[in-house]
Amino acid sequence: MTYRRRDALSGYLFIAPQLAGIVLFVLVPLVLVVYYSFHEWNVLAGTFTFVGLDNVEKLFTDPRLGSVLTATAVFSVGLVVFNLTLALVLAVLLNRRWRGITAFRTIFFSPVVVSLVAWTIVWGFLLQDNGGINGLLAMIGIDGPNWLREGPTAMLSVIVVQVFKNVGLNMVLFLAALQGVPRELQEAARVDGANDRQIFGRVVLPLISPTILLTLIITIVGSLQVYAQIAVLTQGGPGISTTVLVYYLVQQAFDFHHFGYGSALALLLFLIVLVLTIAQWQLRKRWVFYEN
Amino acid sequence: MRTDVAATAEPAASLIPNLDEIADHPSRAPRRLSPAWKKVIFYGALSVIAIPFVFPTWWMITSSLKPVNEIFAFPPSLWPADPTLQAYVDAFTIQPFARQYFNSVYIAVFVTLGTMLISAMAGYAFARIRFPGQNLLFMVVLVGLLIPSEVTIVPLFQMFNSWGLVNTHWPLLLVTTFGAPSVLATFIMRQFFLTLPVELEEAARLDGLGRWAIWWRIALPLSRTALAAVAIFTFLHVWNLYLEPTVYLLSPELFTLPQALTRYTDAYGGEMWNVQMAASTMTALPVLIVFVFAQKQFVEGLAQTGLKG
Repeated sequence: MTYRRRDALSGYLFIAPQLAGIVLFVLVPLVLVVYYSFHEWNVLAGTFTFVGLDNVEKLFTDPRLGSVLTATAVFSVGLVVFNLTLALVLAVLLNRRWRGITAFRTIFFSPVVVSLVAWTIVWGFLLQDNGGINGLLAMIGIDGPNWLREGPTAMLSVIVVQVFKNVGLNMVLFLAALQGVPRELQEAARVDGANDRQIFGRVVLPLISPTILLTLIITIVGSLQVYAQIAVLTQGGPGISTTVLVYYLVQQAFDFHHFGYGSALALLLFLIVLVLTIAQWQLRKRWVFYEN
Repeated sequence: MRTDVAATAEPAASLIPNLDEIADHPSRAPRRLSPAWKKVIFYGALSVIAIPFVFPTWWMITSSLKPVNEIFAFPPSLWPADPTLQAYVDAFTIQPFARQYFNSVYIAVFVTLGTMLISAMAGYAFARIRFPGQNLLFMVVLVGLLIPSEVTIVPLFQMFNSWGLVNTHWPLLLVTTFGAPSVLATFIMRQFFLTLPVELEEAARLDGLGRWAIWWRIALPLSRTALAAVAIFTFLHVWNLYLEPTVYLLSPELFTLPQALTRYTDAYGGEMWNVQMAASTMTALPVLIVFVFAQKQFVEGLAQTGLKG
């Protein structure tokens, strides 16, 4: 065997475990989820019948799906706006060489490494009607709401808890980007008479736009996958006001055993992620700076 | 204005920034003397913003030391008046917590080591070895990045069910190590191996080393930083898994920690908050302590991978 052929063979062997895993645990299930979505699966009766597009039709007629998609959108938009804004503010504040800055960076980053469910449970504990937050509010004379059991505050709470958990990650990415902005450019702009706000808006922001795009994609796709936080904090309530798509999918499939409809919902999730990802990569051409 | 900046800008920064500067290098901003009160306001504002980042952990630890009757005390007690370790004892007797702890640790270690191994192999091959169909196969692997694991959870559950592997740890071990979660690791390793100087390998090949030896003895030892990044984000990912264990596992002695934390309820289904806080503390604190000591590696490692938001 020639060296080249032997080398190619070793290449296949090197990628074999990863490739096998992708085929078996991603591609096969992806085909199966399409197949399942054409079927009605009655676990109790043990029947598996072809129903054509019934499950897809159910997507359009499901009276709850509208609110589920709305909740998903509200959660994603809220999370992205709060997360990216706070991350950028923190990064700008911490991008200086004052004493103690490193300690603050550590503090803002630390929730990222705290166990997700532990973090969520503590917040659930704090946000109860008679919990710590309302206790602290009462001390200054404010009668706090029952955060997790009332419509508007429940969604807000879930978003805020998630923002504090992970904003440190985006903060670090922004910090790295800010430190890559050439100092000379900012000084040149200042000589030209630009004020701080103009320098930030016209020089710094365009230069860190690739990082903003990256964090935007990561944060949106991550926000669509949120499950544990909802399950622990609100169980989708009150009503179904915090039932996001993944929570609804899992509920339909594993609590109600509607595997066919659950599969249709999974395909919908896949479609949304696909469209968003493609759209963002297209958008990048228009507003990410280094592209022109 | 915009185009002027474009013309003078440095070559495009890569999407994944180099973080060497973060931990060590202070910002390049020149030090400007500001009035003392400006600093007071600055640090005051930072301290206020820091409260929601620090207070939950503080509340978790202190509440775990409070007796039940103090948990909902008014006004809230920031330090237990009468500290007790009873909740920590209860955490181990109400559920097989030691067993659950062991489950989480061994699954995290297995998946982390497994992911490091297979992603270093695949990443190396995609970066360094030429073989027919390479680009196509890399695209196939990258599909794993695009598909959220929630999309495939129903068929995966049915597959493992038909193999009789539901209510075992196999789905967690296999899917997490070989499936979609390891694709990001493979991508990171590939990016890293692309930057290794090719001369190193050519010299080794002239010395008669085969691919396995070159990979194991030359490429792998040089990839320590990338491997550390992969290890950190894989460990955190597995440690936090919640949906998968709740779908696959039914018996309390098989539970992992995140799943177990939510199951401390009394006979009436009410939460036993001090016990939950004790178990949460034991879950969160070890990683937090490691983080404080190995902060730089954590921050750089996680930022390199971008993780999820």
